Amino acid sequence: MKIKVVKDILGANEQIAERNRQLLDSKGVLAVNLMSSPGAGKTSLILETIKRLKGKTRLGIIEGDVSSSLDAEVIGKEGVPVVQINTGGGCHLDANMTHSALGNMPLQDIELLLIENVGNLICPAEFALGEHKKVLISSIPEGDDKPFKYPSMFHKADVVLINKIDLLPYLKFDTDAFSQAIRGINERAEIFQISCATGQGIEKWVSWLLTQMSRRQS
Amino acid sequence: MHELAITQSMLDIVLEQAEKAGAREVGKINLVIGEMTGVVDECVQFYFDFLSKGTSAEGAALSFTKVPTTARCRGCDKAFELKEFDWTCPYCQGNNMEIVAGKELFVESIEVE
Ligand SMILES: Nc1nc2c(ncn2[C@@H]2O[C@H](COP(=O)(O)OP(=O)(O)O)[C@@H](O)[C@H]2O)c(=O)[nH]1
Ligand SMILES: [Mg+2]
Ligand SMILES: [Zn+2]
Repeated sequence: MKIKVVKDILGANEQIAERNRQLLDSKGVLAVNLMSSPGAGKTSLILETIKRLKGKTRLGIIEGDVSSSLDAEVIGKEGVPVVQINTGGGCHLDANMTHSALGNMPLQDIELLLIENVGNLICPAEFALGEHKKVLISSIPEGDDKPFKYPSMFHKADVVLINKIDLLPYLKFDTDAFSQAIRGINERAEIFQISCATGQGIEKWVSWLLTQMSRRQS
Repeated sequence: MHELAITQSMLDIVLEQAEKAGAREVGKINLVIGEMTGVVDECVQFYFDFLSKGTSAEGAALSFTKVPTTARCRGCDKAFELKEFDWTCPYCQGNNMEIVAGKELFVESIEVE
């Protein structure tokens, strides 16, 4: 006997993600899912963002990168609430792990939640966490052909940050071609060029974050 | 690597449906997987063999229907398969398109006894 099913395999994850989103909404928290290859600059971006927003915006951080708890320790020193997720070697965060992390986060004291996903350009793309915005960091040393190799990630991103532009004089990277490739399959993506080393362009990224937050409050 | 989580969710759906139908055994599972998801059939098969042991789906055949990444050109409205390193429309050379297929990831049907 053949049974018609037509059920989304990630449907259960989507449902939990939706519940996370409702929880975040009820507390007035904007959640941003930061995704990239290992070493593209997720932790550096979080630190730069904290530097600019500390004292002005109440931040919270979820650290999902599996490499170690080092990132969480560095961020903890900044005096910002941080919850480390241990994926047990898993290659992505999922809605369930995020749900547990949210339980350990003082949500009533937070306006902006930055989630550092596991360093990986394939798996995290498929798993919603309950975030409001997806941000993809791509860095100059990785080369300008990344959109072609990981279309799903680039297709879903609300923002693409091109990081490490301080290295542009030394490496071959065509930022115009790169941006055009992304725009080809994702019209609405915002693309910013930044350097976490020199601070160049970070201002624009931060003002994008603030705009998203004020939009939600109005 | 996300195949482990995906295979577990897939198996959950299959077992729930099989139980609902009062099935003794699942003979075949028909999956539809878009190329854009990056899901590798062999990995799903590998995890399935492991995870399904001792369940009514143990030994079931997996059938994979792969859906190529397909775009529709916003310039000329024609649809085409997206090539790996060339994202221009083969009809008008435009480079603004909408992804219309390739993101699928679902259990289409199961065959049970
Ligand atoms: N030159 C340069 N190096 C950077 C920049 N941003 C991050 N890095 C370096 O890249 C390495 C990996 O950064 P990290 O933030 O840990 O990446 P993550 O794995 O994505 O969290 C570190 O050595 C950073 O100092 C940048 O804008 N320019
Ligand atoms: Mg990190
Ligand atoms: Zn065209």
